Amino acid sequence: MKITKEEVLHVAKLARLNLTETETESLINDMGNIIGFADKLNELNTDEVLPTAHAIPMQNAFRADEVKESFPREEILKNAPDSDGDGFLIPKVVE
Amino acid sequence: MKYETVIGLEVHAELSTKTKIFCSCKNEFGGEPNTRCCPVCTGMPGTLPVLNKAVVDYAIKAGLATNCSITKYGKQDRKNYFYPDLPKAYQISQFDLPLCQNGYIDINVNDETRRIGITRIHIEEDAGKLIHDDYSNESMADYNRCGVPLIEIVSEPDLRSPEEARVYLETLKSILEYTEVSDCKMQEGSLRCDVNVSLRPVGQKEFGTRCEMKNVNSFRAAVRAMEYEQKRQAEILDNGGVIVQETRRWDDVRGESIPMRSKEDAQDYRYFPEPDLVPIVVSDEWVEQIKNTIPEMPEQRKARYIGEYGLPEYDAFILTSSKKMADFFDATVSEGAKPKTASNWLMGDISKILNDKELEPADIPFTPAQLAKMIALIDKGTISNSAAKKVLDAMFAEPADPEALVEKLGLAQVSDEGAILQMVNDVLAQNPQSIVDYKAGKDRAMGFLVGQVMRVSKGKANPQMINKLLKEALDKA
Repeated sequence: MKITKEEVLHVAKLARLNLTETETESLINDMGNIIGFADKLNELNTDEVLPTAHAIPMQNAFRADEVKESFPREEILKNAPDSDGDGFLIPKVVE
Repeated sequence: MKYETVIGLEVHAELSTKTKIFCSCKNEFGGEPNTRCCPVCTGMPGTLPVLNKAVVDYAIKAGLATNCSITKYGKQDRKNYFYPDLPKAYQISQFDLPLCQNGYIDINVNDETRRIGITRIHIEEDAGKLIHDDYSNESMADYNRCGVPLIEIVSEPDLRSPEEARVYLETLKSILEYTEVSDCKMQEGSLRCDVNVSLRPVGQKEFGTRCEMKNVNSFRAAVRAMEYEQKRQAEILDNGGVIVQETRRWDDVRGESIPMRSKEDAQDYRYFPEPDLVPIVVSDEWVEQIKNTIPEMPEQRKARYIGEYGLPEYDAFILTSSKKMADFFDATVSEGAKPKTASNWLMGDISKILNDKELEPADIPFTPAQLAKMIALIDKGTISNSAAKKVLDAMFAEPADPEALVEKLGLAQVSDEGAILQMVNDVLAQNPQSIVDYKAGKDRAMGFLVGQVMRVSKGKANPQMINKLLKEALDKA
């Protein structure tokens, strides 16, 4: 299946990626191959097969509704790119 | 042209679980920023979510209470988008196999019952909160709310006016409150809604193009947003224009909505099955178990109040629209108060005081037994209705035994016939002119004399008794 340049750029935009012209060209090819590979499945007759969301035969993995200690705020904020001690500081979000 | 309005609503309700949906952090409102967080709810790489079973229980309960069929095999999906209130850059939600589907609720508009379809109810996680106010060149992310469990309840486009939509929201709210699925505290954002509005010429079958409005924080705002949208779309259509499908943000202060996302930015969430979470398989036994936990619902309770207690439909509706209020009413009646009297106090003075103080029925400081006792004091003639209002104020200020309050405030009514007759005779002796006026047919004279006796008794004499004794004395004079 052929992937257009517009489709590659659309996916790149959704993933917040800036691609150079060369990268875009090579991705048109790569993505086309991936989609083509998946397209092979269409050769099979799946009329009688239910869609499979999960490959492992497992269900209902639950947790009881019991409160446990949260992490100390300092620990959590250690992973913040920038912080004021209260929260994660991020570039201004304009609504 | 004449248009028919078509409205569909998406309601998000935060569930009253103890913990978040995928981790054991506490599910609670407010608090210091980022103090109820862990690596799971802050989206750290390598963490794995584990679904809270209570979330599924509550969602099924909400589904059963809204006549939905419960999905036997459900799954969760990833909804991908970048926004800093969502640290994982995806929200775990449900796409094609929501837990509940095809339900309905009946609403009562202008004495007519309307059945409103519920398309689906699915579970998902709430996002964090971004704070801009105290920060000049940055925003601050608080992830306490991140991972708080939500259900989204999607209605069919069955609503035909903002008023119907308001009644639908009120009805849905009371169902969620009764089943204790959500605390429904609007001011804490426990219940939020997105509004879809479209117009079509009266008689046309096909729906018109719809606009979605977000940021609607109260039912009142929802009604205003819908009225605004109705008018905006009618104006466009009347001028030969076309409605563009878009998402708009409601600004309640300005009373207008503005487009939120441009067309180039069209949503593309790329949903796919959540690989970190296994399917949810719901057995008949599980559904049966939850069914048994559903309490008497507002409609049934209303019917009971009308049938058993003989309350007017309106009273029964008002009392049952809040579960806490209805519980308080039931308890007051079982403490011996006459249903109609208890209802009058709760709907009247007590509701008024709650409104004035911006309190909810859950915040009534005194007990149903104390209210029942206050009502008994009126019935016995110990206090007048107006004195009871003072007792009630005192009970709100500092809940105490009403009898002790009557004593403390000196509000006991004098119903001693001899004592009142003495006062009547004294007043008449001092006001011979009023007797003449009364005989001449001047009604005002009677009023004046009653007032005088009341004054002499310092407001404590039983007014019915004053009237009776005064009239007898005047007729004899």
